[in-house]
Amino acid sequence: MAGSNPNAKPMNLTLNVWRQPNRTAPGKIVEYHVKDISPDMSFLEMLDVLNEDLLHAGQDPVAFDHDCREGICGSCDLFINGRSHGPEKGTTTCQLHMRKFSDGDTITIEPWRASAFPVNKDLSVDRSAFDRIIQAGGYVSVNTGGAPDGNEIPIPKEISDRAFEAATCISCGACVAACKNASAMLFVSAKVSQLALLPQGQPERKTRVENMVAQMDKEGFGACSNIGSCAAECPVGISLENIAILNREFLAAKATSNNLA
Amino acid sequence: MLLDSKIPEGPLAEKWEKHKFNVKLVNPANKRKYDVIVVGTGLAGGAAAASLAELGYNVKAFTYHDSPRRAHSIAAQGGINAAKNYQNDGDSVFRLFYDTIKGGDYRAREANVYRLAQVSVNIIDQCVAQGVPFAREYGGLLANRSFGGAQVSRTFYARGQTGQQLLLGAYSALSRQIAYGKVKMYTRSEMLDVVVVDGQARGIVTRNLITGEIETHAAHAVVLATGGYGNVFYLSTNAKYCNVTAAWRAHKKGAYFANPCFTQIHPTCIPVSGDYQSKLTLMSESLRNDGRVWVPKTVEMAERVRQNQIKPQDIPEDERDYFLERKYPAFGNLVPRDVASRNAKQMCDEGRGVGSTGLAVYLDFSDVIKRTGAEAVSQKYGNLFAMYEKITDENPYERPMRIYPAVHYTMGGLWVDYNLQTTVPGLYATGECNFSDHGANRLGASALMQGLADGYFVIPYTIGDYLAQTPPKPVDTSHPAFAESKAFVQARTERLLSIKGTRTPTQFHKALGHIMWEYCGMARTAEGLKHAKAEIQKLRQEFWQDLKITGTGEELNQALENAGRVADFLELGELMVDDALHRNESCGGHFREEYQTPEGEALRNDDEFAYVAAWEYQGDNQPEKLNKEELTFENVKLTQRSYK
Ligand SMILES: Cc1cc2nc3c(=O)[nH]c(=O)nc-3n(C[C@H](O)[C@H](O)[C@H](O)COP(=O)(O)OP(=O)(O)OC[C@H]3O[C@@H](n4cnc5c(N)ncnc54)[C@H](O)[C@@H]3O)c2cc1C
Ligand code: SF4
Ligand code: FES
Repeated sequence: MAGSNPNAKPMNLTLNVWRQPNRTAPGKIVEYHVKDISPDMSFLEMLDVLNEDLLHAGQDPVAFDHDCREGICGSCDLFINGRSHGPEKGTTTCQLHMRKFSDGDTITIEPWRASAFPVNKDLSVDRSAFDRIIQAGGYVSVNTGGAPDGNEIPIPKEISDRAFEAATCISCGACVAACKNASAMLFVSAKVSQLALLPQGQPERKTRVENMVAQMDKEGFGACSNIGSCAAECPVGISLENIAILNREFLAAKATSNNLA
Repeated sequence: MLLDSKIPEGPLAEKWEKHKFNVKLVNPANKRKYDVIVVGTGLAGGAAAASLAELGYNVKAFTYHDSPRRAHSIAAQGGINAAKNYQNDGDSVFRLFYDTIKGGDYRAREANVYRLAQVSVNIIDQCVAQGVPFAREYGGLLANRSFGGAQVSRTFYARGQTGQQLLLGAYSALSRQIAYGKVKMYTRSEMLDVVVVDGQARGIVTRNLITGEIETHAAHAVVLATGGYGNVFYLSTNAKYCNVTAAWRAHKKGAYFANPCFTQIHPTCIPVSGDYQSKLTLMSESLRNDGRVWVPKTVEMAERVRQNQIKPQDIPEDERDYFLERKYPAFGNLVPRDVASRNAKQMCDEGRGVGSTGLAVYLDFSDVIKRTGAEAVSQKYGNLFAMYEKITDENPYERPMRIYPAVHYTMGGLWVDYNLQTTVPGLYATGECNFSDHGANRLGASALMQGLADGYFVIPYTIGDYLAQTPPKPVDTSHPAFAESKAFVQARTERLLSIKGTRTPTQFHKALGHIMWEYCGMARTAEGLKHAKAEIQKLRQEFWQDLKITGTGEELNQALENAGRVADFLELGELMVDDALHRNESCGGHFREEYQTPEGEALRNDDEFAYVAAWEYQGDNQPEKLNKEELTFENVKLTQRSYK
């Protein structure tokens, strides 16, 4: 079946892929070759081709995480040619298409590198540290039932839109992988800003930021040195402004609260 | 077994209130003595797990994802319905109920649908309180849009990412309960069997996807919220991992499977571009509010555009056939999904399809761009247009989009009564994995509503009724049924690994998908279905003789995971075909070519088929037994749907 672009020529590529059997075993880069890759394929479809080839050859396919393949679930997480999610700005690995590469290219594919994200196998890493940070306070404490009518809390559209922008973080971890300190500030700041902007987030505003930051430190993420590689590589455009908000929120909380966390 | 839907007595509008009063309550001091297992942490499961934990039950929640926030619910774009009538345009609980029953082509249960419409308003309140950033008007109040052909604006949305924001709301509530220790969360943990003790669901068997360990877990009740089975077609808009395994294993343990052939084909998806294609991408239905659907009037013109001899934007107006506007003047481009999909297929069958494969129609925005400017269009649809361009390398501001129908949603699923309990006592099913509310066709923006209704507002009450009648004695996995289930799962895993044939799980999955799409897809015939049945049986046999996977069961082994899911799809596929073959009528998403009106519209047969088909498993390779739940309509009049 022809691709949507009839002029596109299939490509042959060399892949340098990180292989690691499990969390504790050592890993190494292994070279593979894939043939007849259509430029209309997504990057993950290209890896599907590799994995089918490997299975047929009786070798273990490369483990990698993915699911929605629409850029929204945040599962896919490849470090491609030294960049989180590869060369295209504002794009998750699953939405990266092979037309961004050329015939004969060598592509290096590694997992996110951060001590807080240990490797499960090959390219799959454990990002449960992010979940624990949310568990530390990334919510509004309301039980099901008894909520007031949705329109009883009017929220100015600009505020609501800004909160939405922050809320679009897909928890992929590209920011951590892009940062030389493996800092999780962009991720944490997105949730803190979303809830600090909204009226619903006010009652727990101070404890939230303190607890989330404390958990972040506990998980072993590095410090933020304000270089901005995180925002540059974030596939959904979470902005650095959120980190400024987080810092402000954190200082204000520390200055006034009695929470010692 | 007699199918008892347990619909409460009394007038429609009072059933739920009365029922809530009549259900037995668990003494607050006793709640912590009950353990509940929730499998799945999408909207339905996440909401259920959080709400049950808030009530005081001990919840164990399971997902095969690495985080509850990655469930397929995250991908929903368009929005969620609620009968708030904020727009003062005549919406009401009854209208949402009526639209849902009619949209489902009169194959859903009135009482359930009415309850769904009732609690829809609470969902919005709950989500706002959690901090879900719904779209708002300048005055600060919630915004709505009309969606999927509804005549009122009742859809709440968060740009094109409603599912994401709703799921993050449920995830945050769940995270809070995990932090409190009321929910124990098991991620990367796949449920592979339900354990039934003395006729009651008492636990599950799971495989830890990182270590491969097979574990058993006990509880007083089990809730499945494991999503839909659209991926039986291989290509669909569902996330890659969506599968039927949890529901299917429950089915084999006694839970009836209802209306498996009711699948929804969504009209606006990006067409297939090559054999390597791994999934299909939905373009939100909201695009049909402004986009106009057309194909060239003649086969000759279609051929020219397929050969790239003419650009679609250069085809003159009088050479275009805006077929939906022509055939359905009242609804035009906003006809329900099944109607839009079938018509697109018909155009392509006539040889008037476009794109290099001829399997696409145009969705054209040039009129609205002329009328309101590209900027205004980008405000509304910018992210969708960008996604389209990323995938196809074509600019939809200049060239009409190409779209084609794709499998999207499964209305069928585990049969449940009014309490959302399956035919196995103590086993519940919520969200897309049950069959309950959408009949033969689901309306846009109603799945999110159902998942959250089930999870936040229905199951917390109805499961209490069951638990109140179960002694609060500690449960454990010592009963031999647990060891038996575990041995079954282990043996099956080993069997998959030991075949050592030549074909990969994906190859079998694609082959199955091909059969399903060809014969059990948008249009079905008795002859085609019979052929499909034989093909599936053959394929299943080959699977168990010729499957090839590598590695072991004691490690992260994605090929093994996939193989297990494909094996279950191969059994489900046959049941879908049986169901489609037995239903000698056309209704909603189920179109049997033999049953159509002279104008080619679906022809229902209410006298013979106004029932839910609930299939009962009878053993491997045995024909399943059909049980019927008759549907009675006391509040709506059955009419032939007409969108002319
Ligand atoms: C692209 C797309 C767009 C959509 N847009 C809309 C929309 O705009 N409006 C709307 O109303 N609906 C929409 N839908 C439909 C809607 O998103 C789904 O029907 C709904 O989200 C399903 O929710 P759920 O909670 O039932 O299941 P899911 O969200 O699919 O969650 C299933 C959960 O079960 C877990 N699970 C499954 N099997 C197992 C197992 N064996 N062991 C352990 N865990 C398991 C998964 O890990 C996951 O956590 C859309 C669907 C698609 C595909
Ligand atoms: S902030 Fe951006 S890069 Fe970081 S996890 Fe969120 S979406 Fe990914
Ligand atoms: S697979 Fe979901 S974001 Fe890439």
